Amino acid sequence: MSDEVLYLYAVTDSNIEDAEVIEMRAIDGAPVQVIAEAPVAAVVSAVDAERFSESALRRGMEDLYWLEGIARAHNAVVSDLARQRPVAPVRLATMFANIENVRTLLRVRAEDFVAALDRIRGRCEWALKGFSVGTEPQPPTTGLPEALGPGRSYLQRRRAERDSRDRRSQEAVTEAEAVHDRLVQLTLASRRYPPQDRRLSGQRDEMVLNSAYLLPEGFDTEIRRVVNEYDGVRLRLELTGPWAPYSFATLESDQ
Amino acid sequence: MTGGGMPVPGRGRSPDHRQESTNLADILERVLDKGIVIAGDIRVNLLDIELLTIKIRLLVASVDKAREIGIDWWEHDPTLSSGQRDLADENRKLRERLGLLEAARGGDDDEGARRSFDGRGGRREEKERET
Repeated sequence: MSDEVLYLYAVTDSNIEDAEVIEMRAIDGAPVQVIAEAPVAAVVSAVDAERFSESALRRGMEDLYWLEGIARAHNAVVSDLARQRPVAPVRLATMFANIENVRTLLRVRAEDFVAALDRIRGRCEWALKGFSVGTEPQPPTTGLPEALGPGRSYLQRRRAERDSRDRRSQEAVTEAEAVHDRLVQLTLASRRYPPQDRRLSGQRDEMVLNSAYLLPEGFDTEIRRVVNEYDGVRLRLELTGPWAPYSFATLESDQ
Repeated sequence: MTGGGMPVPGRGRSPDHRQESTNLADILERVLDKGIVIAGDIRVNLLDIELLTIKIRLLVASVDKAREIGIDWWEHDPTLSSGQRDLADENRKLRERLGLLEAARGGDDDEGARRSFDGRGGRREEKERET
């Protein structure tokens, strides 16, 4: 009975050489290993079976301190690989009991993996978040007539404030749709995601656009230009990348 | 030394304009919500793991707590150190954000909290729809 299991980071082409991963460090500082089963290969590392048991994982996922370490290490391996070669990132915390099970996966899903890798070969992902400027919740203000009584005038004020926020937000949404449409024209593929809540995005302004775009490596000048064009007083845009193609190296069955 | 947690740094053509994100929320969004889903041998139901802000907010406290009681192995771990220079800054921002949120906990804020809970079920169905 082994006390280690294999944590899978990504799938890539089987022409990957050990030299490419020799300097990489994985979760817990472990070396990165390659399991090749032509035409694809799995990039894995050994992790402690007890720390990555079902119950430990359930606890770990609720602990941001633990989760952050794993998430950053996972992304580090995926990013390092993506700098060198096409990779299909695998979701966090995918683990196998032994090498043979990984080999079986590579054999059984070979066609899917090749298709996923073909979609992102020589391409990378850029992410765009758009925020509606001036839509943070306001503290109650004074100023409207009190004639209707404090209760009703308070409600009126709140309604007026909300209407004004809604208008600003609506304008930002319209512009966000416009910049997204432009980027769809310029890029090979795109994905939309639900906007993050303020408390997760870390932004006081409301997120109105959360999207990802796939484009050929080194062809980001044009999308930067478009983003700069729309980045303004109503809509604030944040472009990040290049990311490993997390959103696009997907299996058909995930779609 | 590897490039650490930065998403593919240095591949852009103009280094002056590198805009990689080491923001924890951005990384979590990717590694938890995107990427190939494969049934491994060890079952962990990530569908139960939502980036619920209220949950994250509670959990953020545990990062500080860990440091307070001297658990800081990850800050010396080369694999994880990529985030360390941003971490102090990120934590400061998170604390500021928490302060602002506590201060702004008016009626509208409660609305936001309700939305994030109500949206829990719908969120997954909506995700990854192609445009």
